[in-house]
Amino acid sequence: MLARLQQLLAFAGLIVIAAVFAVATPTFGTYGNVVNILFSTVVIGLLALGTTFVIVTGGIDLSIGTGMALCAVMSGTFVVTWGLPWPLGALLAVLFGGLIGLVNGVSTARFGLPPFIATLATMLVAQGLALVVSESTPIYFNDSPGYLLLSTGTLIPDFPNAVLVLIAATAVAAVLLRRSVLGRYAFAMGSNEEATALSGIDVTRWKIAIYTLAGLFTGLAGVMISARLGSAQPATGAGYELQAIAAVVIGGTSLSGGRGSIVGTVIGALIISVLNNGLQLLSIPQEWQNVILGIVILIAVYADMARRRAVAVH
Amino acid sequence: MRRRQLLIGGLAVAGLAACDRGSGAAGDGPYVAIVSKGFQHQFWQAVKKGAEQEAAGAGATITFEGPATEKEVEAQITMLTNAIAKRPDAIGFAALDSRAAEGLLQQAKAQNIPVIAFDSGVESQVPLTTAATDNLAAAGEAAKHMSELIGGSGKVALVVHDQTSLTGQQRRDGFTGWMAANAPGVQLLPVQYGEGDQARSADITKSILGANPDVKGIYGANEGSAIGVVRGVQESGRTGVTIVGFDSGKAQLDAIRSGLMAGAITQNPVGMGAALVSAALRAIRGETLEKTIDTGYFWYDNTNIDSPEIQAVLYQ
Repeated sequence: MLARLQQLLAFAGLIVIAAVFAVATPTFGTYGNVVNILFSTVVIGLLALGTTFVIVTGGIDLSIGTGMALCAVMSGTFVVTWGLPWPLGALLAVLFGGLIGLVNGVSTARFGLPPFIATLATMLVAQGLALVVSESTPIYFNDSPGYLLLSTGTLIPDFPNAVLVLIAATAVAAVLLRRSVLGRYAFAMGSNEEATALSGIDVTRWKIAIYTLAGLFTGLAGVMISARLGSAQPATGAGYELQAIAAVVIGGTSLSGGRGSIVGTVIGALIISVLNNGLQLLSIPQEWQNVILGIVILIAVYADMARRRAVAVH
Repeated sequence: MRRRQLLIGGLAVAGLAACDRGSGAAGDGPYVAIVSKGFQHQFWQAVKKGAEQEAAGAGATITFEGPATEKEVEAQITMLTNAIAKRPDAIGFAALDSRAAEGLLQQAKAQNIPVIAFDSGVESQVPLTTAATDNLAAAGEAAKHMSELIGGSGKVALVVHDQTSLTGQQRRDGFTGWMAANAPGVQLLPVQYGEGDQARSADITKSILGANPDVKGIYGANEGSAIGVVRGVQESGRTGVTIVGFDSGKAQLDAIRSGLMAGAITQNPVGMGAALVSAALRAIRGETLEKTIDTGYFWYDNTNIDSPEIQAVLYQ
């Protein structure tokens, strides 16, 4: 119920920002530009979807940015260096992301490391491995045109496949978080982990599953960014985790766990893309773009807190 | 929330008004959208300054943006997408990864927007010309001065930013190539790479000095590498090592003034920005452009660092 209200607020914010840009610049509202915005949301959106589950449990995953870079490099290794058929290579890269998530889950759930520390370590390991495996050079998918179509192909005319992937991933994530046992336990853990464990739920196992799921999204993001760029860039990814976390927070998911929604996360990711796109179209100097983005995050979280306090009083 | 969101929107629109920039369709001269490799680094700020000066003189408007770091290929591609969406009269583009941008460059071509490459070439048929430093020749010039300074014989080490970028490769090969051809008495140590990171380059320098106490000269191939070399030599307490650098920046200028560094090669970033805009304006007028525009380089040291010609191209 509360999450629903926050989604509505975030959505209203998105509409207001978009309306301002639509009035201020003739290009913003064109079909081509709206597709550009959706397209530029894909990678951050996928990372944000996966990390929503982790944040709902009260955890955090800092490894998704560099983990994505490593998965992109692994995809390049499977498809280009080993010469596997590209669908298989892409699938293996997604699964490799799951493996990264599994490591995070085991560190936090089994060995009890704080998620911040465990995933910070994974973030550094992934960054290093991405450079080692790729020998610090981009891996190009020139001879796998099919792989590139994953992102820029158009099954629907004038509508990139990458956006379809994001829509499908959003649907899957929404069902998992709202309608599955895994989602229910994620909320339960985030609200009160001890009580959840006392009620007979194997918290360790479910937590590992949740971090692994986040890793699968990281792997998918790695495939999609390398398909978009036609190359696996070993150094592109650091910093993406913070943008993804910002999207989740703008969307009304609480960093203290127990509250959140997939739709909110997608709206949060869209708000970031719309701001970036609109401010660029308006030729606002780049220094100010970041300032405005930061202020929007503050406002979104503040509005969320104020609303919850108001609800608590009544 | 709603009121506040409006406030932000208002801020954005106020920003637009404050910027006072036409969007190319405003009929106030041609508009060139420039997408660079970065914007925070002083080098890019100098390119921007040159572009702005040239545009102001010609009654044109420009916008200049680039990603926060020179690794963010995706962010740059998004910026290029948005630049094309603005339908500028021309585009200036310094590719972080030229192959990743090919589709967008083709799109610009299809919309008859001329594209001018700058800083480094783009592996594409789309750009009409490339305004860049001839890094091979510039590094050769650095080698020539190094050889003269150490008397044509002895061990020389190279600290280069990376082996993947074109500038890294050319500033390495230009230096080693000149030495191989012209300085038989100079013995080059294996090339070391420090990612242009000052601290890493300093550590590498100290390792080199530890392993080769008789090193006579060290060459740093970009600003970060060169400053790192100076740091490393300072930290190790060694004297009598000849250091030759690249680019400028305050730390390097101070090191040259104080005698820690013998001299450096500077590119001409202000001239690069000016050449880029001038080429874009000629392309808009339908003129045919030469394939490459050499934006030049200069050797500077204690003797000419304050001359007007050099001061014009250095940045702090």
